[in-house]
Amino acid sequence: MTASKASDALHLQTLTELARGLAGGEFSSRELTESLLERIDAHQKSLNAFITLTADEALAEADLADKNRATGAGGPLQGLPIVHKDLFCTAGVRTTCGSKILQDFVSPYDATVVARLKSAGAIMLGKTNMDEFAMGSSNETSFFGAVTNPWDQKMSPGGSSGGSAAAVAARLVPAATGTDTGGSIRQPAALTGTVGLKPTYGRVSRFGMVAFASSLDQAGVITRSAEDAALLLNAMAGVDPRDSTSADQPIPDYTATLSDSVKGLRIGVVRQHFDEGLDDECGKTVKTALAALEDAGASLVDVDLPNIGLSVPTYYVVAPAECSSNLSRFDGVRFGHRADNVKDLFDLYCRSRGEGFGAEVKRRIMTGTYVLSAGYYDAYYLKAQKVRQLISRDFNQAFEKVDVIAGPTAPTTAFRLGEKTDDPITMYLNDIYTIGANLAGLPGISVPCGLVKKMPVGLQLVGPAFAEASLLSCAHQYQQITDWHRQAPEAFR
Amino acid sequence: MHKTACIITAAKFVGYLVRLEIPDRPVSLTKEQVQHIAILARLQLEDDEFEDVVSKLSKIVDFVDQLQAAPTENVVPMAHPLNMSLRLRADDITEADNRDRYQENAPSVESGYYLVPRVIE
Amino acid sequence: MSRWEVVIGLEIHTQLATNSKIFSGSSTAYGAEPNAQASLVDLGYPGVLPVLNVEVVRMAAMFGLAVNATVAKRSIFARKNYFYPDLPKGYQISQYELPIVVGGELFIRDDAGDEKRIRITRAHLEEDAGKSVHDEFEGSTGVDLNRAGTPLLEIVSEPDLRSAKEAVAYMRKIHSIVRYLEISDGNMQEGSFRCDANVSVRQVGQVELGTRAEVKNLNSFRFVEKAINFEIARQIDVIEDGGVVVQETRLYDSDKDETRSMRSKEEANDYRYFPDPDLLPVEIEDSFVEEVRRSLPELPHVKCARFIAEYALKEADAEILTVSRALADFYEEVAKTTAGDSRIAANWIIGDLSALLNRDNIDIQDSPITPIALAGLLDRITDDTISGKIAKEVFDGMSTGEGSADEIIAAKGLQQITDVSALDAIVAAIIDANPAQVADYRAGKEKLLGFFVGQVMKETGGKANPGQVNQLIKQKLS
Repeated sequence: MTASKASDALHLQTLTELARGLAGGEFSSRELTESLLERIDAHQKSLNAFITLTADEALAEADLADKNRATGAGGPLQGLPIVHKDLFCTAGVRTTCGSKILQDFVSPYDATVVARLKSAGAIMLGKTNMDEFAMGSSNETSFFGAVTNPWDQKMSPGGSSGGSAAAVAARLVPAATGTDTGGSIRQPAALTGTVGLKPTYGRVSRFGMVAFASSLDQAGVITRSAEDAALLLNAMAGVDPRDSTSADQPIPDYTATLSDSVKGLRIGVVRQHFDEGLDDECGKTVKTALAALEDAGASLVDVDLPNIGLSVPTYYVVAPAECSSNLSRFDGVRFGHRADNVKDLFDLYCRSRGEGFGAEVKRRIMTGTYVLSAGYYDAYYLKAQKVRQLISRDFNQAFEKVDVIAGPTAPTTAFRLGEKTDDPITMYLNDIYTIGANLAGLPGISVPCGLVKKMPVGLQLVGPAFAEASLLSCAHQYQQITDWHRQAPEAFR
Repeated sequence: MHKTACIITAAKFVGYLVRLEIPDRPVSLTKEQVQHIAILARLQLEDDEFEDVVSKLSKIVDFVDQLQAAPTENVVPMAHPLNMSLRLRADDITEADNRDRYQENAPSVESGYYLVPRVIE
Repeated sequence: MSRWEVVIGLEIHTQLATNSKIFSGSSTAYGAEPNAQASLVDLGYPGVLPVLNVEVVRMAAMFGLAVNATVAKRSIFARKNYFYPDLPKGYQISQYELPIVVGGELFIRDDAGDEKRIRITRAHLEEDAGKSVHDEFEGSTGVDLNRAGTPLLEIVSEPDLRSAKEAVAYMRKIHSIVRYLEISDGNMQEGSFRCDANVSVRQVGQVELGTRAEVKNLNSFRFVEKAINFEIARQIDVIEDGGVVVQETRLYDSDKDETRSMRSKEEANDYRYFPDPDLLPVEIEDSFVEEVRRSLPELPHVKCARFIAEYALKEADAEILTVSRALADFYEEVAKTTAGDSRIAANWIIGDLSALLNRDNIDIQDSPITPIALAGLLDRITDDTISGKIAKEVFDGMSTGEGSADEIIAAKGLQQITDVSALDAIVAAIIDANPAQVADYRAGKEKLLGFFVGQVMKETGGKANPGQVNQLIKQKLS
């Protein structure tokens, strides 16, 4: 049902299929790159998925990839086009983080993720739009304007990796990198009918990924299939001497275990995930997906995460605290926006930052500054760290009984652009099912599992630390018996 | 008014919370506090922006205040998800002088120095 | 007796002598072109991350062991948040709640000359900030981040010091220890070793501490003493005039010899410390600590005790000679090489050699007279080839590169006249030439012996052996 169809137009093929096509000489990397650049060009205006395009560099790299292929040289991703979230530093190509403050910033170096994918042979077509500094769940906080959801362009694609998700969903590119601090890969993947993988904290290097909340950030991918996510994770994963928080753990070949059956797999269903707050239709869709896995031989086990309800408030102490400090470096001295005609140093700082940051980023910096300030540290920051421990403990206990935890990725399908911008709390609650994995540092994946009113719904799988292989094989097996991931939005087929 | 609404929204979403208590004391921030935080964070807020920040920041602080209800006696704070010790590097010089390249992003440099308005000490 | 008691605690910042910075691979060498040694990590570029240098951990552990402290099995890096142009990330990575070295002690001499124990609260690792240049640009301050990220060990004492002199004695001791351990060059001109002093006064007998002022950035022993003394006098004045001492940070102005308030920097000081999420806990195994312990050199107080025992030195001399490892090594090489008295060797080093080095501002390592050469000179005194007085002349020649002691003695014919007949003739001539003094001497004015000896020494150009001359004169006049 999902076998490679070489007859498919190039833009409809998955990364794995394209790799096969390139290897088999069915088309060249230049042909592929040109055709995708054409599509991007046609849709950029309405989707706004990109902040920067690198067409010329991409074509040059494609030619090089074609030459390499002829001589048998090159890595596993040789000549395959991908795009990077604009939070990853790319040498010589501007990196804006969706912010005015870095509007003209050109990184002198490549992020480790970028370098690794490049050395595996991948070609970068451009940098995708995102919520400013990854702070947002709708892509509306970007200085470069909101991204639209290819399924319904009045809707948000989710965020913060909204540009990556929209580009993959609209079949502009087969795969994109993303970052996930509280759900920023999984939630937009769910809202756009794509696959979003957030690996275990430390699985992938954070070097060169501009920090939002250092103890929560993790790099991952948005693709159209679990198989493609496995292929990319193979290239990205591993310890990095420049990131002290990257884990020195063995890296399995994630593509090798995709065919593992789900027979006997114990899938935990969190009671709390289906309580009030979850849209009924979405809930039903997710339950249907769980039933399909059960039919395929997995067993469903009820599990409890008693403290998970505190994950959002915990997150909104920890993440802003870390962000308030991480974003202090944007002070208008060594790089980034500097205000004109400043009176003195204080004025330089306040106005450069005041003009450079958008409203949501300022709110988070302010929240973080407040919870760390004298007299409030214990009540907020320390307290949140303790609750974080409780949440992490809940997950550990659940994983004594089950192999993966499954449930909805987001409480609803995509919401209207502008609908939630007035109330930060409502916006924050979009990540209610995804934040737990970040707090506990666990891997999570969202896979498309149905449509409600023609809008995609995501099924989230969360596993124990470094169990990406089980998540990917479970997701892949699900995609062997369903074809939700093959469904493209009408306007982008 | 909207503050109550916000708490109810939160409560609805976290309805399964064991001990959710809507704080009876107002924890909302005063304008003076917000001003102080803005100074600490070196953020200039325009007048119209300021009102919005006061109200939204208050909502956020009220929202996260529900953490106070969680029982955390004897719980060790979790600062980091990775349970490992720090990896160290050898004491080797690995960086060369790339000043000119690094300073291409700088708004104001002279004779190799980054310039800021005169600081009086 | 003053009715005021002074209470001082010091925070000493010592740069660790690593090749590369604490969290990056940039060189720590002093004196490079501005920002030539500022890497992306040092500049706080977006996306970069700190990676800890193993050498700073080893050096901190060495210091901990040297002052009898505990090397923490687990320590945590925290962020200290504030904005300043020389602080690129907007926070300094430091250690706050769990420092790498906890507790400790060392002994100094108090003002009465008695041994006194000073407790060390803690020592923690942190990164240094960059430097601001205020007077080179019109209306602007220039920022050089070469120093940013240089490793610092901040050593915090308990408020056990009771005078500026004690504070200096303590600081000298720490200086001596870090240089012995070779964990810092201790160069105060270059800012490698500097301190902040917390100073307060209270009435004698009062239990609680007075309000303290923190005097910042003292970078010489002399300034430490002067700044503290100024601060003590100022605080006493304030209180005696009915005022209250304010807790604040003050800066010492060495030109005016005064401290003044830095209220501007104090404004809204809230550092918002929290554990740095980019760095995991530093965990140190016992085996590492043991390895460090085995690598420790002989420490100043141990060496001092050994010098007293082994070389029969006076305690005061042994203390001076063991202030630096280089000086102690120099002394020991001389003492071991010379056939003469190790105490005389000590006198020469503490006296003439130190004076020479001080005058020309030379380090002992670069002394123009090597230990072997100095021993060669001392040997000529011991075997009576030259007198102590002539030795000084030879020493001067050696210091200006005229050659070894033997070469200079030979070239200038400085050997003592040991030929008795030659001396005899000179002594006889002197006696003949001074009949009045001879008469007085014989009448009981024995002090005049010195006069005769002096005359003979003058006649021989100092080359006679004073002992021998003494004897000869006595014989002839008896």
